[in-house]
Amino acid sequence: MPNEHVNSFMNGPDEKGRFGIFGGRFVSETLMPLILELEEQYERAKTDKDFWAEMDDLWTHYVGRPSPLYFAERLTEHLGGAKIYLKRDELNHTGAHKINNVLGQIILARRMGKTRIIAETGAGQHGVATATVCAKFGLKCVVYMGAHDVERQKPNVFRMRLLGAEVIPVTSGRGTLKDAMNDALRDWVTNVRDTFYCIGTVAGPHPYPAMVRDFQAIIGQEAKRQMQEAEGRLPDTIIAAIGGGSNAMGLFYPFLDDKSVRIIGVEAGGKGVNEKMEHCASLTGGRPGVLHGNRTYLLQDDDGQILEGFSISAGLDYPGIGPEHAWLHDIGRAEYVSITDKEALEAFTLCCEQEGIIPALEPSHALAHVMKIAPDLPRDHLICMNMCGRGDKDIFTVAKHLGFDME
Amino acid sequence: MTRIDRKFAALKAEGKKAFVAYVMAGDPDPATSLDLVRRMPAAGVDVIELGLPFTDPMADGPTIQLAGQRALEQGMTLEKTLQMVRDFRQGDDETPIVLMGYYNPIHSRGVDRFLAEASEAGIDGLIVVDLPPEEDDELCLPAQKAGLNFIRLATPTTDDKRLPRVLENTSGFVYYVSITGITGAAEAQASDVAPEVARIKSATDLPVVVGFGVKTPATAQAIAGVADGTVVGSAIVAEIGAGKPVSEVLELIRGLAEGAHRA
Repeated sequence: MPNEHVNSFMNGPDEKGRFGIFGGRFVSETLMPLILELEEQYERAKTDKDFWAEMDDLWTHYVGRPSPLYFAERLTEHLGGAKIYLKRDELNHTGAHKINNVLGQIILARRMGKTRIIAETGAGQHGVATATVCAKFGLKCVVYMGAHDVERQKPNVFRMRLLGAEVIPVTSGRGTLKDAMNDALRDWVTNVRDTFYCIGTVAGPHPYPAMVRDFQAIIGQEAKRQMQEAEGRLPDTIIAAIGGGSNAMGLFYPFLDDKSVRIIGVEAGGKGVNEKMEHCASLTGGRPGVLHGNRTYLLQDDDGQILEGFSISAGLDYPGIGPEHAWLHDIGRAEYVSITDKEALEAFTLCCEQEGIIPALEPSHALAHVMKIAPDLPRDHLICMNMCGRGDKDIFTVAKHLGFDME
Repeated sequence: MTRIDRKFAALKAEGKKAFVAYVMAGDPDPATSLDLVRRMPAAGVDVIELGLPFTDPMADGPTIQLAGQRALEQGMTLEKTLQMVRDFRQGDDETPIVLMGYYNPIHSRGVDRFLAEASEAGIDGLIVVDLPPEEDDELCLPAQKAGLNFIRLATPTTDDKRLPRVLENTSGFVYYVSITGITGAAEAQASDVAPEVARIKSATDLPVVVGFGVKTPATAQAIAGVADGTVVGSAIVAEIGAGKPVSEVLELIRGLAEGAHRA
């Protein structure tokens, strides 16, 4: 049957919340009615022009969108190959792409009459964004953060507290993002009546992966238009870092049907993707499983027990990945590679020196891959990389690795 | 007819309520765990709910989270849990065993392989917390086909509109979760539970058993009194976690069972 959408990569998920075999709604019965209600509300909001008008207004006046598409001239010269553009989502209010999504979810929460917002956070960027928007709207905010991450992301913990949020350090497991998500789910199942769970990435039960993607897709929509203005054509390669994968999905989604565009996701390789599993590269080093409401690639042992990832970057330290990425990986529409801590630190330093931009450790992974491929590409090859966060929060970690004493 | 169906039929004939006890397989270590489970029927346990350890038990409170960690640290796996059931079945072919856990270890082993092994080992039913009716194709329907009961949780958020869907592919019994929350949390209240159980019973002929927040013989009696039985988990697991010997854990279980059976 002729159908203009038949060859589109942009139609997912299906009515069961699946991207191919990935995604779904693997949650306890207590949460199921809440998830169905959220789906219904989101479906309504998606086509409601008042909803999007409110989003656009806040994106423009509160977040500072559109974020610039910036030609990184010295970096391009230094690497001597492809022409490198950075999508400057680190210039958003609160310093990362996370707020794009939080605004959407909080507007929905308000429409649903919820008065208490909970969130999980890894690096703290999603927690800060959630605390920020909750402060703006006078909502109670509780953020779950792994105890290990509370330690390595102190500036963000303080920011959340300044913004009036309650930050609860999570000590179960190894005290990272995965454990924070478990405790957020336990909170939600306990406080079902008044609480909205604001998930920070394109993972979790349907409709979260699709909803978060749709709120983050503003990144790719702007980049497409801006590249058209700057170069009169589409980029040749788009690159983004991936923990759960929301900044990447936001950049990738509007380009999925532009077959000429090469799409690369960069996972955290930690100390190296090897049998010791000291990394967070779910696609390169994991296999399909079910966790946190969805089927996706997971780091797990032979018994199906979830393994703790390892990464210098708290924001990438998650043993899973959004289900749409798992699907894009399996069908081959996007490529996924991994970058080690060491390579990310080198990219961090280079970006500071060459461009006067202090990147977060998360996009430093994407930049490290740009450094690998750009020199061998022709000078008219256009790369668009998502600079999804700024590095202020990471200076303590980086100082430690570079041997500076900040105390 | 599974051992679960036979047990509930027998209890009904006697006019007795069911006492269901939960322990984590392999907690505090595999040998002690097997010893405890073997002696549970004599202490008054009608149905054994055996926890399958998982690293990320999202519906469980700290008590059961720690039990899972202890079991995993002792090298417990799905494979060893199945072996534990086989060992139990050497001396008891009657007491129903329900395996309760999360989907990923089963998914990892492969659903068909798991179901064949679970039936062969002597498991009678499954409670898989993160498989709602929306995901019935995954395990629920294949399990029923393999002759295992698939026991579903109904909760305070399961409204009348949704209840038929929850009951549709449930078998063995219905597990009513008395509170919105995680295991081992607030004390269940018989006055809240009674109308909910009545609501569920008006929609199904299956026995309705109530769990979450049942910690004392008095609560076990009160809750069993308004249902077909009650489940105690965290209160038992806490004793194991405190390092109590098997004999003392069994004393606690006996008291709880007596409470439920008085109802």
